[in-house]
Amino acid sequence: MNRFILPLGIFALLAIVLAIGIKHSPEKGTIPSPLIGKAAPQFTLPVLTDTNRTFRSADLKGRWYVFNVWGTWCGGCREEHSALLEIRKTAQVPLIGLDWKDEDPQALQWLSELGNPYEVVAADREGRIAIEWGVYGAPETFLVDPQGIVVYKYIGPLTLEAWQTQFVPRLPPQQAAKS
Amino acid sequence: MRPFALIAVLAAVLLASGPTYAVDPTEMPTPELQQRYHGLTHELRCMQCQNEAIADSPVSLAADLRRQVSEMLIAGKSDDDVRNYMVARYGDFILFRPRVAPRTLWLWSAPGVLLLIGAAVAVRVTRQRAKLVEQDNEPVEEDIRSS
Repeated sequence: MNRFILPLGIFALLAIVLAIGIKHSPEKGTIPSPLIGKAAPQFTLPVLTDTNRTFRSADLKGRWYVFNVWGTWCGGCREEHSALLEIRKTAQVPLIGLDWKDEDPQALQWLSELGNPYEVVAADREGRIAIEWGVYGAPETFLVDPQGIVVYKYIGPLTLEAWQTQFVPRLPPQQAAKS
Repeated sequence: MRPFALIAVLAAVLLASGPTYAVDPTEMPTPELQQRYHGLTHELRCMQCQNEAIADSPVSLAADLRRQVSEMLIAGKSDDDVRNYMVARYGDFILFRPRVAPRTLWLWSAPGVLLLIGAAVAVRVTRQRAKLVEQDNEPVEEDIRSS
């Protein structure tokens, strides 16, 4: 009997290690962001709807906001658009858009055709600000608190279900719903 | 077409198609920077197409990250500055070669631990065999005759 103990032990150990690996392996497309709990990157960019104006993210200090990275070339962004419109209608928290590596005319056409859920859209034509935020595939949606700390990041097309289960519980009630 | 001609044509096509695989035409101002740029872009993962380095990936995010690497090197940043910048934004996952840190210690020590286990098993097995030979003290001819 004794000679089975060692191989069995090694097998059990291997099984445990592999089980941990499988459980913790990131699903494709959901790599945790190192920005969670850290200060959101600050930036200054032209406003998409009025390029004479600049948008400064520092101006958002003191407010909760949802930061949504999108582009007209991105299929998942079209998919999530109706959810964004619905959130705009029901929630108090402002949606700030980052139009990532896009053509301004196409982006404007997109907003006029599908509706504009954003309080403001910043045009990141060169993709530099997206890198600052560690964005690797649109759509990505961040939740930032009034101190400017990134609280949560959602990767992939946002759904109302994800909004209800992931964003609403992290927001103060008066931000999550319009009174 | 004769086989030789066919092979020659195929070889020519193969040779001609080689350079088109290079997705990155970036040229750094000095050979030293070029070498560091080459090294860094090969050790940073393209997050969109996760098994390619940013040096080999044709997607636009990889091009943006290469631009970032190139600009940081030209601005005089060290290789570690570039790595830290990327890890701070994208996490450890962006490095193909994980760093030695408390949370990756088990990963780095695993080969050594496995080697030790293997060595222990090997020593045990050879000792046991040696013991068997000691017990079996009949001459070899006896073994042959008795069988």
